[in-house]
Amino acid sequence: MRLHVRHQTSYRCDSPVGAAIQTLRLTPRSYEGLRVVQWQVWSDTHRELPIFADGYGNLTHCHAVNHPHATALVFVEGEVDTATTHGIVRGAPEPLPPLFFLRPTKLTQPDPAVAALARQVAPQGSVLKQLHALLIAVREKLDYLPGATDVAAAAGEALAAGAGVCHDHAHVFIAASRLLGIPARYIGGYLWTGTESREYQASHAWAEAFVHDLGWVGFDPANRMCPTEAYIRTSVGLDYWSAAPVRGVRRGTAAETLAVAVNVIQAGGDQ
Amino acid sequence: MSLTAAETRSAALPFDEMGTAENCRPQYQGIQQWLAETPAEALSLKRREAELLFRRIGITFAVYSEGGDLERLIPFDIIPRVLDAAEWELVSRGLRQRVRALNAFLHDVYHGRQILRAGLVPPELVLHNEGFRPEMQDFEPAQGVYTHVAGIDLVRLGPRDFTVLEDNCRTPSGVSYMLENREAMMRLFPDLFARHRVASVSHYPEDLLETLQSVAPANCAGEPRVALLTPGSYNSAYYEHSFLADEMGVEIVEGIDLFVDDNIVYMRTTEGPKRVDVIYRRIDDDFIDPLTFRPDSVIGTPGLFNAYRSGNVTLANGIGAGIADDKSIYRYVPAMIRFYLGEEPILNNVRTYCCGEKEELAYVLEHLDELVVKEARGSGGYGMLIGPQATREQLAAFAAKLRTAPQDYIAQPTLALSTCPTCVDSGIAPRHVDLRPFVLVGKEIRIVPGGLTRVALREGSLVVNSSQGGGTKDTWVLED
Repeated sequence: MRLHVRHQTSYRCDSPVGAAIQTLRLTPRSYEGLRVVQWQVWSDTHRELPIFADGYGNLTHCHAVNHPHATALVFVEGEVDTATTHGIVRGAPEPLPPLFFLRPTKLTQPDPAVAALARQVAPQGSVLKQLHALLIAVREKLDYLPGATDVAAAAGEALAAGAGVCHDHAHVFIAASRLLGIPARYIGGYLWTGTESREYQASHAWAEAFVHDLGWVGFDPANRMCPTEAYIRTSVGLDYWSAAPVRGVRRGTAAETLAVAVNVIQAGGDQ
Repeated sequence: MSLTAAETRSAALPFDEMGTAENCRPQYQGIQQWLAETPAEALSLKRREAELLFRRIGITFAVYSEGGDLERLIPFDIIPRVLDAAEWELVSRGLRQRVRALNAFLHDVYHGRQILRAGLVPPELVLHNEGFRPEMQDFEPAQGVYTHVAGIDLVRLGPRDFTVLEDNCRTPSGVSYMLENREAMMRLFPDLFARHRVASVSHYPEDLLETLQSVAPANCAGEPRVALLTPGSYNSAYYEHSFLADEMGVEIVEGIDLFVDDNIVYMRTTEGPKRVDVIYRRIDDDFIDPLTFRPDSVIGTPGLFNAYRSGNVTLANGIGAGIADDKSIYRYVPAMIRFYLGEEPILNNVRTYCCGEKEELAYVLEHLDELVVKEARGSGGYGMLIGPQATREQLAAFAAKLRTAPQDYIAQPTLALSTCPTCVDSGIAPRHVDLRPFVLVGKEIRIVPGGLTRVALREGSLVVNSSQGGGTKDTWVLED
């Protein structure tokens, strides 16, 4: 399936900020389930942003504006060919070994509620069965509710709130998975939802877990399914902080309004 | 200064570096004679003079967890600690070897991890350690160097037994004391220097600058511009930061003085922005860049890591060097030396028990009154137990801590640190010492002869940390 992505972020501040800088992990890398046809990231001030591969292998752009400004625009546009791999991720750059992804972080620190969730799915025979049970269990315990948590909510906090968004589902899944001794990681990316309407869900987050014999396998607890050809993975990390699609720092105290428009459409199709 | 040189007295008599009154070791004969011919009042006069000198220079060390006089003077002892040329040759050869292995280990753990594959270091110990920074994976620092300034803490247990107590691969401090101690000694006792051939240490800042320039990024054109990055004047080592910047003739900057554009680092100056090629940073990894590490850091420079990772600036020491000096990794350094260099270690290691391992924890709990127990990630001699000197209550309390979080602690036998003659209120008496030499790694390895000798001023005490009432001495390496 050929997917076309257009993603525009506009920042508007109530008074000029002196300087702002962002790290952008918004560029997919090819693997068996995805081939990058073309991809570009730029801004209103920079036709080309400097890029490097970070420690996880993420293609990372850096956008810096070092003069006073009240608005900024960042654009992402690209096309990829995707194929269904039943969630299995093969052929992606893997600089870090699976064992590393058992390391707990602040956001994926298990608490008693996460531990209970892990215990609930532990009796399932195989690792794969445990993970599929976890996929459903996480979503059962955690309603989908935009704005329910802060971006930086830890797995336990989200579970206690009983609601969250995709990154909360991912964090809970990862925390429980690691408790079961299964390496797990956070994935940021885009999702084709099959409609042309402006859909905030087009920016998405899910998890991957390591299964012997299969390798890394994607799990999207927010949608209770393994990733399909509708998924475009752009970043990998231990948790939201290391895989954040956009992370920024700005100087000054001005209040910022963010407008994000993400469009993922099937190229050449009617949809 | 962060460092823990702990340790303590043991049943065996410690090695005294001067020797006995009847049998003075050759390198101390000049000192012995000087002490014999100098009346006690003259020595106390010199001690007061030394104190005034240091107050005037303004070297102070901010001590945490103590009220009152925050900027306290570290006591200086006027009797130098003396090593002869052969001793120093052994030590410096051992240091070079060790620091080469530590850098090789750092390169390996951030690339192919051969040492883990070879089964020599448990993979979890590295990969699940906070000191291991995934951000550094597959990054190639200039000249392959990660730790450019290493402070290796040594204790001496016998005439030829120099043992490493711990490695400091991140931002070791204390070198300004080494330099100022020498300066003060030369002013106080010119005659004593006239009678000895003491190797100079005054070229350290020059060596440091050349080391830093030698690791400029490959794309640096012309003379590399070096800056020293400090957390600011409230940092306990700020004196040293400004002192070294001054001595090297480079700018001292805070995070706010730098900015990043197109993954290139610039320094704000009155003449406009200037590109910076090498940053001697004295800010910890966690705080150096809020865009990549702790987002709440206000002392770092956002984007600095991106510039580093893009190969446009060198950070010295490199990010992620802490995995090499972690106390749980320390026990594997001899294995690193054999694995990477194919050599036998020249400097000894202390037997170290990792309390996170079941059998080792059992041993530690059983022998708690004989051991020194430290936090695996602590520094400065805080939170440490010295078994032989602890009360029964302290032992019981520590045993409880060990059972709760065993992986946070390591234990070592209590060592008989060597002693050196030291001026104390009752006259001259032996006191335990350690040594922190500073190893500079750039295109080549350089070590100024000597280092910082720390001395535990309390009788019988083995804790030489300045935060725990330790003092310092000038360290002499005699030339042949």
